[in-house]
Amino acid sequence: MEKLLLLGDEAIAQAALDAGMSGMYAYPGTPSTEIMEFIQHSKMAKENNVHSIWSANEKTSMESAIGMSYAGKRTMVAMKHVGLNVAADAFLNAAITGVNGGLVVVTADDPSMHSSQNEQDNRFYGKFALIPIFEPVNQQDAYNMVYDAFEMSEKFNVPILIRITTRLAHSRAGVARREVKLHNKITLPKNPRQFVLLPSIAKVQYKQLLDNQSKFEENSEKSIYNIYEDGSDKSLGIIACGISYNYLKENYNDTKIPFPVLRVCQYPVPKEQIKKLMAECKEVLVLEDGYPFVEEMVKGILDKEPVKGRLDGSLPRDGELNPNIVKRAITGEKFIVEIPKIVQNRPPALCKGCGHIDAYLALNKALIKYGEGRVFADIGCYTLGALEPYNAINSCVDMGASITMAKGAADAGLVPAVAVIGDSTFTHSGMTGLLDAVVENSPITVIISDNFTTGMTGGQNSHALGRLEKICEGIGVEPEHIRVFHPTSKNFDEMVSIIEEELQYKGVSVIIPRRQCVQTMKNKDLVAKVKELKLN
Amino acid sequence: MKSDIILAGVGGQGIVSIAATIGTAALIEGLNLKQSEVHGMSQRGGDVSSNMRVSSNEIASDLIPYGQADLILSVEPMEALRYLPFLSESGWLVTNSEPFINIDNYPNLDELLEKIKSLPRNVIINADKIAAEVGSRRSSNIVMLGAASHFIDMDFDAFKKGITQIFAKKGTETVDVNIKALEAGRKFVEENYKF
Repeated sequence: MEKLLLLGDEAIAQAALDAGMSGMYAYPGTPSTEIMEFIQHSKMAKENNVHSIWSANEKTSMESAIGMSYAGKRTMVAMKHVGLNVAADAFLNAAITGVNGGLVVVTADDPSMHSSQNEQDNRFYGKFALIPIFEPVNQQDAYNMVYDAFEMSEKFNVPILIRITTRLAHSRAGVARREVKLHNKITLPKNPRQFVLLPSIAKVQYKQLLDNQSKFEENSEKSIYNIYEDGSDKSLGIIACGISYNYLKENYNDTKIPFPVLRVCQYPVPKEQIKKLMAECKEVLVLEDGYPFVEEMVKGILDKEPVKGRLDGSLPRDGELNPNIVKRAITGEKFIVEIPKIVQNRPPALCKGCGHIDAYLALNKALIKYGEGRVFADIGCYTLGALEPYNAINSCVDMGASITMAKGAADAGLVPAVAVIGDSTFTHSGMTGLLDAVVENSPITVIISDNFTTGMTGGQNSHALGRLEKICEGIGVEPEHIRVFHPTSKNFDEMVSIIEEELQYKGVSVIIPRRQCVQTMKNKDLVAKVKELKLN
Repeated sequence: MKSDIILAGVGGQGIVSIAATIGTAALIEGLNLKQSEVHGMSQRGGDVSSNMRVSSNEIASDLIPYGQADLILSVEPMEALRYLPFLSESGWLVTNSEPFINIDNYPNLDELLEKIKSLPRNVIINADKIAAEVGSRRSSNIVMLGAASHFIDMDFDAFKKGITQIFAKKGTETVDVNIKALEAGRKFVEENYKF
């Protein structure tokens, strides 16, 4: 069959469609966004009526997927690594409910923090939930593993976690497809109480999950993805997890790797094969594009085993691996990366003509008399307001934290405290925090910088479109303290005076600077919708 | 056959189209391909790059090791130098001469071009000007691909076919302009450089 040229993300999406997935759930987040986008643009998905609308956040995505699984259909949910923190409650409990239709969870981790605030390794979540994890080496693996994962999920009555990293998510290669499967029919769970996690039921099901661990281990041990390649030089054994195998292989081009190599790409870890490698080799190097997850296990607290990796300094403790780093760990060969001094850093910046800029300039002016250090921002393009020349914000922690951090600071006496949050981030995780502030009538000023889109990830639809004032009123913000303006340099004085007025108000104010994201001007549907809603 | 290429530029400058064209051309030639690119935050005016690997053999790593790239193809002069540690001892650096200035401390352009000229194998081309001459400033990136095509071990016709496929949706006029841009870039190097 002809190969398709697909990003790792796209290979995952195509595999899910071919495996008969009926619905996909996600919230945009680099590097996972292209999985959902591929489904949204797929003709095959449209013809089969596959659900592909963005959700409000990762928790609602996960719960909708659990619901679809309950109804007997195959479903997938994908998110960036930190998204799984948001969905963790549902995710961990889904391991205990088990599944009806196959449920596959994709986490796209971001070692080196190319586009993230941390580099957490979500294999820990898989282990935490006591479920199997697949970690592909390449795009074809990603396809095959997702395809197999649906089968496995139904066979073992458990969600399956697929863990990729940025490099695989955003790298293209040829991928061969497999046979297209029909969708499952709607069927209710055989046990009507399967999804009722009352303690009495949860205890029984948790025991089942624990009992299943040996089956998962046995499956890992004979998995086609955990491959033991023997080598003649037993001075070193290498455990290569997921994509790190490519960086190892790169250093031996077309020649055979002289050392025994165990590829670990399906978890729980294949203990017997690891024991074999340890027994045969003098020492073992563990390669992982993430935290020293396997390394720590193999090393153990007693530190009796000769294990090299991220913990002993053979590899850097943080950041993404590459072929040179792996080579250095094996041969000791150093490499120097010297960029000519004339080259300057070119950090990302807010686009020319962006509405966030005008909002920040007005906010900075209005805040002069109160002094610095009182603006709590959030996750999105507007986080770039932290940089020169704006220096407009003092925090960016997690989705929604702007409002609640402003509240906490105001509780401490830092008044006025300001929150800056985007429209999509507000509906993701800002609404509940606003309710906390309303209940206490906290003296905070919340700026919802509304650009009608999820900008940083490429302009996906925002759930907030046309709904912001009603949401804020519904939560209980006084209508006279919900102020909307059009952020342009022409309106500068008006914006400053509106912000100044609300900073003086000793209760919850919401200010909405509202102007369409300049990157979405070519999106005809959005332009038409904005016109229809009379938002501009 | 093996070509390891670093594509360099600034978010929004169209290196994705260059990558797509080379990728499609490689598929037409029946070659293996891996192409890693940058999405997300850096696309907002930050530096972006793509690792493009084409080979008749299987390709292991999505990332090109330092000192192994056969070609740095940059649509912006300062960005060309950022990836110098990747260039192999026999590799070529092909760059647009026109700067994209969105930072206050952008270096002196003459000094920048001098630094590039001091490298043993370099091509500097005003792709913006050539693109305007063939009919569309926006095809400057494809002029760059034409200039660099000398250093990619693939049939030139495959690039033309690649362009025809990639731009087909945008109509024959767009396809024609981009083919012209590709040819003009190639011709410029033929006439002005010996290699």
